[in-house]
Amino acid sequence: MSTVPARTAQDLTADVAGGIGHSPQRPDGVLKVRGEFAYSSDLWADDMLWGATLRSPHPSARIRGVDTSAALALPGVYAVLTHADIPGPSKHFGLVVSDQPVLAIDEVRYQGEAVAVVAADHPETARRAVAAIRVDYAVREPVTDAAAARADDAPRVHPDGNIVRYARIRRGDPAPTADVVVRGEYAIGMQDQAFLGPESGLAVPAADGGVDLYVATQWLHADQRQIAPCLGLPQDKVRLTLAGVGGAFGAREDLSMQIHACLLALRTGRPVKFVYSREESFFGHVHRHPATLSYETGATRDGKLVYVKGSVVLDGGAYASSTPAVVGNATSLGAGPYEVPNVHMDVWGMYTNNPPCGAMRGFGSVQAAFGYESQLDRLAAALGLDPVELRLRNALHQGSTMPTGQVVDSAAAVREILTAVRDMPVPPTDPGTDPLGLPGGAGNTTHGEGVRRGIGYAVGFKNVGFSEGFDDHSTARVRLGVVGGEPVAVVRTAAVEVGQGHVTVQQQIARTELGVDRVVIPPADTSMGNAGSSSASRQTYLTGGAVRAACRAVRDRVLDRARARTGVRDGLDLAGGNVVDAGGAVLVPLAELLADGEIDETAVYRPRRTAPMDPDTGRQDFAHLQFAFCAHRAVVDVDTELGLVRVVELAAAQDVGKAVNPGALVGQIHGGSVQGMGLALMEEIQVEGGIVRNPSFTDYLIPTILDTPPMPVEVLELADPHAPYGLRGVAEPPTISAAPAVVAAIRAATGRPLTRIPVRPQDITG
Amino acid sequence: MRVTIEINGTERVLDDVWEGESLLYALRERAGLPGAKNACEQGECGSCTVYLDGRPVCACLVAAGQAAGHAVRTVEGLSTVDGELDRVQRAFLAAGAVQCGFCTPGLIVATHDLLARVPSPDDAQIREALSGNLCRCTGYEKILDAVRLAAGSPA
Repeated sequence: MSTVPARTAQDLTADVAGGIGHSPQRPDGVLKVRGEFAYSSDLWADDMLWGATLRSPHPSARIRGVDTSAALALPGVYAVLTHADIPGPSKHFGLVVSDQPVLAIDEVRYQGEAVAVVAADHPETARRAVAAIRVDYAVREPVTDAAAARADDAPRVHPDGNIVRYARIRRGDPAPTADVVVRGEYAIGMQDQAFLGPESGLAVPAADGGVDLYVATQWLHADQRQIAPCLGLPQDKVRLTLAGVGGAFGAREDLSMQIHACLLALRTGRPVKFVYSREESFFGHVHRHPATLSYETGATRDGKLVYVKGSVVLDGGAYASSTPAVVGNATSLGAGPYEVPNVHMDVWGMYTNNPPCGAMRGFGSVQAAFGYESQLDRLAAALGLDPVELRLRNALHQGSTMPTGQVVDSAAAVREILTAVRDMPVPPTDPGTDPLGLPGGAGNTTHGEGVRRGIGYAVGFKNVGFSEGFDDHSTARVRLGVVGGEPVAVVRTAAVEVGQGHVTVQQQIARTELGVDRVVIPPADTSMGNAGSSSASRQTYLTGGAVRAACRAVRDRVLDRARARTGVRDGLDLAGGNVVDAGGAVLVPLAELLADGEIDETAVYRPRRTAPMDPDTGRQDFAHLQFAFCAHRAVVDVDTELGLVRVVELAAAQDVGKAVNPGALVGQIHGGSVQGMGLALMEEIQVEGGIVRNPSFTDYLIPTILDTPPMPVEVLELADPHAPYGLRGVAEPPTISAAPAVVAAIRAATGRPLTRIPVRPQDITG
Repeated sequence: MRVTIEINGTERVLDDVWEGESLLYALRERAGLPGAKNACEQGECGSCTVYLDGRPVCACLVAAGQAAGHAVRTVEGLSTVDGELDRVQRAFLAAGAVQCGFCTPGLIVATHDLLARVPSPDDAQIREALSGNLCRCTGYEKILDAVRLAAGSPA
């Protein structure tokens, strides 16, 4: 077992009920179990219209003409808009690069691209109107091979060429040699976030000529920044309020129906609601980048890594979305959580006519991890070493130098989490003969014949927060007042609750910092300062940091008031709704102090600023704010005759720095692990010639409760002294290590190379 | 057309229902009961699970007209009239089985049905009974905890 304590001292003085370190009930929980929580698809206004979208059936085509007259003539249709109806000044949007038309302008670059939108009095009327729009397409041959799209003479998806971003690392010996060298080519399919709550929202035209948009998103201010210039409105006339979010996982970082709904609301003067169907949802958001990876890994005979050479091509599809950041992660994290003295990484993010790809949990790292972890297993086999032992001999640790040159300046518990999963009890080896406990399950395909057991390990890591020089920050406003004779804190931010429990964390921080029980979290909206995105495992760190800072500003003023009132100068603290002295005795109730007026403070939290990597060498001493690590051990049973897999157990260990909400973070580890398992075994958007073949939950499979194994979790708390409360981002690392661990286990059971995920039955049976 | 359905014990008359509308749409958009959720509308995810004459169904796969003259019970109808939560609702909260919550109403109805049929289900029975309900957030571990907890609580 680990010799390092699993927990380091925290900068918390008091243990407050419902505060930091507890797992209080989430504030939206009762509404959610009653079915009364208002998701974006539940919104309703008296005279609202329904929006619908006409999408391109072709992955690449010129548009020779659009005829909307038949659609407009249908009774109940109030508006039909094309790009010609966009006020501008901008007709494009995009998270990083504004390259995507709000509605297609003279050409379409992927199947599903929005061409026209309709508002009608019933969703069926809107669908019929969409069907009545005539578009004259001149179909072109789509660009579908991301690697081939790099060629100078490849057809161009965008005028400036097909490379969205190329990044590289050149560290150490330019021509390294090693005793033992293994090479591998790997491929990853296109994964979908498959959140359950479809893209939806309600745009309401306002009396001041602006628009109020109630929407499920991940980042209110990024939406506002992209929407306003397309409507010809200043930002303060485009007001966003967060509606209930039915999961996100990266898919809501880009715009979907936001601009369309606002355009139609402003045109018709009536509220307009959009709700995508599941099929439309598959076309309405970006996916995880498919990737091809080529790795060469060299080591000494005693298993010390000498070099990693990696080449990765990420298919970004038709528009840039967050491809630049995905490339940055795959480059800087591409050698894995190991000490490697010589590293060459070359990573391309490409435009093609495939569906656009962008953010999904663990982006850039998920793809690279399948490559570097598969290589480590290959290397272990070549060296005759245990795969865990090989990883331990090379494990990254605090003080290690990353391929970028960045020195890891807080715990990097690779050794500790690996040994933790290795040392957990192993499930019983006999799967029995009940088909429900065997591969194939209720399909009753085996009673144990041909079934082999395998165990596999993997480690993954991820940068927390926005990297490479982004001005990452968040804003919080905290007001402490009295309601009904009791002190109540109101915490306002623009941070998005997507299900992860961020609203609970905000309450916990306020309870701990202010010693009050009642904390109100109003809906997030753009009247507050930018909170950044609920992505990159960053919100507890960033907005948590802002809430803590605002609380501490409030606390300082409260204590000043208390000193003036009581004359006691030193040792004052807040607890149980009172100001207390050093001995814990009540000096004055908060309610009494606040009778002189409530206290209201706003704080902006900025963590240490990162900086861009050198374009030639990748060199950068501080490209990433923080690293977070997870390890998995997967145990699988494989029916080697039919190629069916049953995951018996998926054990995880993760260092979280500080378990701010132990219950919620274990929930994140469970959910993230299953998304990684799904990528390993079943989840793939099948794209042929730019055409999506399986846009439904009938054909795009995500794990059910029958597919999902028990998942023991061990949580380590090795504080990061640079982060609020010592915490480390949690949500993404489990998705990164789960997939390679499951595949390693299937390899152990079958001896097959399995260089592609998801693993298909034919990959196992040969 | 006009459709009359008993919903959560009350007879409801819904007007101007288009023949192609699902029970799910009628509940959500006409009866003001958005608890049944619209995650796939293809009968694959279970998020819209409601009781129809005491049997759990995907409301998206039932035409509103088919439900005419029948009794529907939704997640909104599980708590008592004075608002007290059902034991399944309490257990989902206590176990931390709710994240985004979009699957929750369907899972609560499916669990409510399971416990009515099998008061003390083992894990295999729970997994089989809930295999038609997708959840993307939780990895199902805490949902299993919730069902075990509810089974151990008085109905």
